[in-house]
Amino acid sequence: MKAVWKKTVWKTFSYKKVRAETAFKRTLFITAIVMIIVALGVFLTLLIESIPSIKSLGLKYLWNRTWDPVSNVYGALPFLLGTLLTSFLALLISIPFSYAIAIYLGEFKTKGWLHGFLKNIVELVAAVPSVIYGFWALVVLVPMVRSLETKVGAAPYGVGILTASLVLAVMIIPYAASLGRELILMVPSELKEGAYSLGATRYEVLRQVILPYTRSGVLAGLLLSLGRALGETMAVTMVIGNTSILPNSIFSPGNTMASVIANEFTEADRTVYLSALIELGLVLFVVTVVINIIGKSIIKRFSHE
Amino acid sequence: MNSTKKRLQFRITMSKIFEGIITLFAFLITIPLIAIIFYVLKTGLSKINRNFFTNIPQPVGEAGGGIANALLGSLLIVLIAAIIAVPIGILCGIYLSENKKGKFSYYSRLAVDILQGVPSIVIGIVIYFWLVKPLGTFSALSGSVALAIMMLPIIIRSTEETLKLIPSSLKEAGLAIGLPYHKVILKIIVPCGFSGILSGVMLAVARVAGETAPLLFTAFGNPYITTNILKPMQSLPLLIFNYATSPYDEWHDLAWGASTILLMWVLLLNITTKLITKKWKVQL
Repeated sequence: MKAVWKKTVWKTFSYKKVRAETAFKRTLFITAIVMIIVALGVFLTLLIESIPSIKSLGLKYLWNRTWDPVSNVYGALPFLLGTLLTSFLALLISIPFSYAIAIYLGEFKTKGWLHGFLKNIVELVAAVPSVIYGFWALVVLVPMVRSLETKVGAAPYGVGILTASLVLAVMIIPYAASLGRELILMVPSELKEGAYSLGATRYEVLRQVILPYTRSGVLAGLLLSLGRALGETMAVTMVIGNTSILPNSIFSPGNTMASVIANEFTEADRTVYLSALIELGLVLFVVTVVINIIGKSIIKRFSHE
Repeated sequence: MNSTKKRLQFRITMSKIFEGIITLFAFLITIPLIAIIFYVLKTGLSKINRNFFTNIPQPVGEAGGGIANALLGSLLIVLIAAIIAVPIGILCGIYLSENKKGKFSYYSRLAVDILQGVPSIVIGIVIYFWLVKPLGTFSALSGSVALAIMMLPIIIRSTEETLKLIPSSLKEAGLAIGLPYHKVILKIIVPCGFSGILSGVMLAVARVAGETAPLLFTAFGNPYITTNILKPMQSLPLLIFNYATSPYDEWHDLAWGASTILLMWVLLLNITTKLITKKWKVQL
């Protein structure tokens, strides 16, 4: 009896199996380490490769307003300004639409075919590749903006900050909308029902119960879509006009950090030139990481409440 | 009495108007989507014929160009990216769902969050220094690695979220009958969450199939057909970008045809994923 038992135990807990188990656990652990190494590696690579530019250009680089690689003058202000202008304008345009979608899906129609239809549409908007948005904007949107510019008396470039913002706005609506929907669904139904039972109308419930309750989440949604907008490259590159002159109105062509990298990275023939472009990448990386971490921690706190 | 009634009427009307405005604004999003799909199909479908799939792009002025190089390149680059990202992503997702608490998984999760937010162009730059510069040439492999890094966060997140929902009694039952840990995970837990993991993988593929920015400095593009993954390779989004911004009408035609195929590919992947998740009732 004892011998049989021992044999079974031996069979179940053979060294081979134990070894396979440890090897499996170790593999899982290694993949988790790989993620940390990749994330750190991205940051360190950007930092190391931008050292030549940080050394020779210093902090002045960030607010020098001339970018002229031919005469070896590098200033990132036009791109910083271009990025901020396009992103905030896009955010401003997208807010009414994304919150309308969030309210519609989260409060008005929480099920039914209209809900499913709109939800699928929003997901497909997020799925269209950005290069196709860019191509479409180049052919359809640019002439429309050009005729608008002729009407208001601006120089009729067609391409420029306004066009880029319009495309960007469409592209970031899905992020804010789906996040907003989830936040609205998180509002406790007792609060809403309490307000309804006191005789509040739908508008009043939204205004005085849902809006105050989701305020911090709304801010997080804005931050996360801003993070998206800052780093978007292809669609913006195709319609922003790609000039490195400081933009003086929303109609003027310009460049964003991402678009100048996309355009000039493979042409950069001098160390400082290349490294100045990488420093732009570093700035972009740090800004989006900070924005994302703040946004996500707000949401985490919100959903734990 | 009359004034109370009027006030009530006003509040109800106000609410109705507000509801109308919200509905209107919500459904306005369909306009750009339908406009884009309609325009791309209208211009692109007429450019697609048999030559379009079998030929490579012809020099400007010659008819009969195709996008065979970009189709093949796109398939290869995305396939290799998936081969790299799927195993690592699923294993890391398992690790994070198995170790919910703990300092190390916190940092790992933070790293995944960071990678998810990194602009795609920045990943392109980094891979340029990791692979293109050491190897001395632009290559399809470096493009695949860049895309794999973009796929990882999506796969990890969906695996983690799916496996979290599986009741721990299943895992405990497996362990109680003496199955080794790796068999419990691979034979019980992962099959239970299979559809969720699969839809995460498909969403990741759909997402990177249309990515251009990370390929600009890695796969670079190539006007000829090649299957050598250590040489530059063309891909659909790269071809669209290069030809759409060129001044030639023939190249625009090619770009429209390529856009049609890319758009249909990406949308089909998304719709299939949705059907899968619906069939198995997975929450993503």
